[in-house]
Amino acid sequence: MKALVWHGKKDIRYETVPDPEIEEPRDAIIKVTACAICGSDLHLFHNMIPGMEPGDVVGHEFMGEVIEVGPENKALRKGDRIVVPFTIICGECDQCRRGNFSVCERSNRNKDVADKIFGHRTAGLFGYTHLTGGYQGGQAEYVRIPFADKTHVKIPDGLSDEQVLFLGDIFPTGWQAAIQCDIEPTDTVAIWGAGPVGQMAIRSAILLGAKQVVAIDNLPERLSMAAAGGAITINFDDESVIERLNELTDGKGPEKCIDAVGMEAHATATLDSVYDRVKQAAMLETDRPHVLREMIYVCRPAGILSIPGVYAGLIDKLPFGMLMNKGLTVRTGQTHVNRWTSELLSLIADGQIDPSFVITHRGDLADGPDMYRMFENKQDSCIKVVLRP
Amino acid sequence: MNQLHHDDGGTRGSLTSADRIARSLGWLSIGLGVAELAAPRLLARSLGLEGKERLIRAYGAREMVSGVGALSANPAPAIWSRAGGDALDLATLARGLKADGGRRRNVGIAMAAVAGIAAIDIACASMLTAQNRRPKTGGLRDYSGRSGFPQPPEAMRGKAARVAAQPSAVMPQMQPA
Ligand SMILES: NC(=O)c1ccc[n+]([C@@H]2O[C@H](COP(=O)([O-])OP(=O)(O)OC[C@H]3O[C@@H](n4cnc5c(N)ncnc54)[C@H](O)[C@@H]3O)[C@@H](O)[C@H]2O)c1
Ligand SMILES: [Zn+2]
Ligand SMILES: [Zn+2]
Repeated sequence: MKALVWHGKKDIRYETVPDPEIEEPRDAIIKVTACAICGSDLHLFHNMIPGMEPGDVVGHEFMGEVIEVGPENKALRKGDRIVVPFTIICGECDQCRRGNFSVCERSNRNKDVADKIFGHRTAGLFGYTHLTGGYQGGQAEYVRIPFADKTHVKIPDGLSDEQVLFLGDIFPTGWQAAIQCDIEPTDTVAIWGAGPVGQMAIRSAILLGAKQVVAIDNLPERLSMAAAGGAITINFDDESVIERLNELTDGKGPEKCIDAVGMEAHATATLDSVYDRVKQAAMLETDRPHVLREMIYVCRPAGILSIPGVYAGLIDKLPFGMLMNKGLTVRTGQTHVNRWTSELLSLIADGQIDPSFVITHRGDLADGPDMYRMFENKQDSCIKVVLRP
Repeated sequence: MNQLHHDDGGTRGSLTSADRIARSLGWLSIGLGVAELAAPRLLARSLGLEGKERLIRAYGAREMVSGVGALSANPAPAIWSRAGGDALDLATLARGLKADGGRRRNVGIAMAAVAGIAAIDIACASMLTAQNRRPKTGGLRDYSGRSGFPQPPEAMRGKAARVAAQPSAVMPQMQPA
């Protein structure tokens, strides 16, 4: 079959790889009908996440039709249409039973390495590093789904691929980011990053009843989409984020802050981002925590920092004293996708939201390598790419 | 399962030739940097630049910085800085032209090499800049019609708000096995 295959920094190729096969009795194989490129894929594209190997099939936002089912998988049948959550779940371990799906204790097949590196293992993820199991991803014609009897969201007839595709990652990710904020009707929620995750977080914060949602980015087309969803926008090229946020909150600062940017935050006009670029380039720190610093500084004391943005390793000069003394709560993690999917599927089915608003580019799987470049460079006002194998 | 799909054999990749050249230039920088940092005296002697060892060492540090930059995810600034560095190198080497016969030849060869590399640096940097370019304002699309909501956002505010009495969504209770 054909798939998008990682070969190294900036090197993703559309090429032929072996077809997947049923390996475990709970598996299923799906024929992918739609897949997307995520901001997390860009971290892989930039070789910022340790533990990738040349030959890995990438992609963790995908859906399709079940074409083969393992003998012990009683939940799925040939012909079922499913969205696949990017976190692989066994559904039975302590963490899965608590709904902490992204830290499932059994789905990561490289458990021993993960235990050593992270202290304790986290869940298996599709199309991501070998520290999370090294499972082949969904930017492909066919995918093997491990623990498929639990790792799926069944899609009822009548909803299009594009309406439901994002249930596998960015919609629940934006939603969890907002949920983690324990939003109250008096809250201002400030969201850094108006990429696909930021866009979903904006809509979620509105649906959850925030008084004010503020979106921060420097890409005008993304800010226009943020405003469409009900956000006040700040372009950090044109104005001071801190001053404007304080202005919007009577000098008190936003109660809730969401980092939907992650480890590759752009340099703003401040010195600290230059410092981080240099340190990162010299391999003295792995992540650029510019947004984290800004959030800690501007957040209202006793507020919440919700961090869906991905970080990989070490950061430097994090003002932990400020965080401690202000009494801020930090909530983060890969998304517990299946904790939210039935609720979000109903919102979509009820017509309360159509997440396909975020799609700006469509192509064939073969266009994948070019689309990665376009998404990376934010060319042609690209926000979200959907590929069809 | 056997070949599910008949493939046409085509492979398409994302790595451009400018990326590849940038990578080679990065390694070249690192090689040169190491030489300049480790053996400035030797270089100074063969190029008639005695007394300029510290300068050579500083150039070595500069090469290391551009090298690391050229190998990063965004190599364009480092390649432009290499191009600037080439000009400095040429200016410095030109002083060696006053040296005697054999060494003067060395200097000539070094200058020709630097000039050749400079041309590659400039071409590579321009290609990188062009391939990563995005319009600043003109040509940007306006997505202000894309709310994703059936009604204006104001009408959607709080539509899914949690009832305060609910257990925290963040820390759900453990479900029985
Ligand atoms: N936790 C999870 O489970 C999960 C799931 C999906 C994505 N993610 C992560 O979420 C992040 C965002 O993903 P995305 O798909 O929206 O990516 P994206 O790259 O499209 O969006 C990031 C946005 O941040 C903006 N930005 C950069 N620096 C900034 C700064 N200093 N201040 C404000 N904005 C800035 C960029 O202009 C861009 O629009 C990534 O780190 C991704 O890995 C996490
Ligand atoms: Zn993702
Ligand atoms: Zn589990």
